[in-house]
Amino acid sequence: MLYAILCYASEDVVCSWSKEQDEEVMANLLNVQEKYAQAGRLGPVARLLPTTAATTLRKVKGEAVVIDGPFAETKEQFLGFYTLECADLDEAVEFARELSEVNPSGGSYEIRPVSVFNPSKAAA
Amino acid sequence: MTELAWISNAISTARPQAMGALLRYFRDLDAAEEAFQDACLRALKNWPKNGPPRDPAAWLIFVGRNSGIDAVRKRSKQAPLPEEDQISDLEDAESDIAERLDGAHYRDDILRLLFICCHPDLPATQQIAVALRIVSGITVKQIARAFLVGESAMEQRITRAKARIADAGVPFETPGAVERSERLAAVAAMVYLIFNEGYSTNSGEAPARAPLCEEAIRLARLLLRLFQTEPEIMGLTALLLLQHARAPARFDDSGEIVLLEDQDRSLWSRKMIDEGLALVDKALRHQKPGPYQVQAAIAALHARAAKPEDTDWTEIDLLYSLLEQMQPSPVITLNRAVAVAKVRGPEAALAMIEPLGERLSGYFHFFGLKGGLLMQLGRGEEARVAFDRAIALANTAAEAAHIRMHIDRLIKDGAAKATAKTAR
Repeated sequence: MLYAILCYASEDVVCSWSKEQDEEVMANLLNVQEKYAQAGRLGPVARLLPTTAATTLRKVKGEAVVIDGPFAETKEQFLGFYTLECADLDEAVEFARELSEVNPSGGSYEIRPVSVFNPSKAAA
Repeated sequence: MTELAWISNAISTARPQAMGALLRYFRDLDAAEEAFQDACLRALKNWPKNGPPRDPAAWLIFVGRNSGIDAVRKRSKQAPLPEEDQISDLEDAESDIAERLDGAHYRDDILRLLFICCHPDLPATQQIAVALRIVSGITVKQIARAFLVGESAMEQRITRAKARIADAGVPFETPGAVERSERLAAVAAMVYLIFNEGYSTNSGEAPARAPLCEEAIRLARLLLRLFQTEPEIMGLTALLLLQHARAPARFDDSGEIVLLEDQDRSLWSRKMIDEGLALVDKALRHQKPGPYQVQAAIAALHARAAKPEDTDWTEIDLLYSLLEQMQPSPVITLNRAVAVAKVRGPEAALAMIEPLGERLSGYFHFFGLKGGLLMQLGRGEEARVAFDRAIALANTAAEAAHIRMHIDRLIKDGAAKATAKTAR
């Protein structure tokens, strides 16, 4: 089963990392992914730009309206995701645990089984 | 990341919010700073032991406020408040205060904190120094290094500026919509100043001053998070990101400045450019143009060009003419002339800048560009005069060296022509 591991953390904290700190964290996270990638289990991975760069399209009274946001009303924001082929939930939890161990942001990982997966050929 | 690095990060992230709230409580900058310092010391003691709090800013505000009140009580010889170990573990108290200090309150607190730093009585450099000290928490030593002055001189400057702020009185009432947007504009201008202070730098000084650019970007992002629908704040943040993205290519190995045209574009930070472009696109959708957005749009056109010759100079010319209408200034016209030279040739550009001569008679770039245009038109003698003037006005060694290069080329060309003449 394919799982999506969704990363939530405080954007304030993550954006405050220095370039060196950010690179260190990214290198450590990449390290964790490496063995899953080698085993051919790791699917697409993405890190998103801050929510301040985001735009939201919402249907208001049947009409699509483009607005700024999402507004960070909550303490944690959706910052990125991984996809991983797992035999069971335990494996997905283990992957998330390994990620969290090298991630000092103190956020959370939401583990969601994927229902429909449509890998596109668009280059990242 | 080490635990200490994590804590110092959490503290610097929480600082504007915590300082803003403490300033509101104590209505005095020194008292707020003292309370914040105290809270930080307690955090360093407490956090490694008890683990990081859920909301570092709320923790620091809570503990800082108590320690401030405590300090007042101690002075009046009353019983001290309980230790922070006892109070901070009360999850209820922490979440309670987090809720009470939520949202809009924080926003006005931070804006006020930044706003008092840009008091119109203070000269620009003092505004910057005070903001870096109070809002960003950068040490006096680091600020002094960035401004290339001694530590004690900077200390004095900041103390004087703070006294002036105290004399002026801090506006504590919740601002109305008009006032809020005026404050935001003043603060945005200051953030831009901080960036410029770091950006316009002499050769060899870049490493000491780059932190100013990074701090300005951090502050712009902070403003953007507080005012997420303000296209000008999007524009400001985008402008700073797009400019700073070029930082790795702006100086060569010997520390000399490399002009935009000659920069190795593969060194530009893709990540910053992507974020900058996303913000420009987002801002333009609002159709409420402003100077920061226009400047960001110009920077975006440079960023989008993979090679210098791909640059859309026609569009840049248009954007500069828009900027000229918004903020008439000979310097903007001068910048526009660079684009005009590319689109319509050096003659048109020269005609455009000639009338500026009087107002820009002390401006290095005016004579640099004038000399360059004259040189392109083959008017070597006049070019030489303009270049000599430019060298006399150069602010940095790199600027002078760059003009020197042009003069050398003129001399060489002149010698070549003379030789050719003699040969004939």
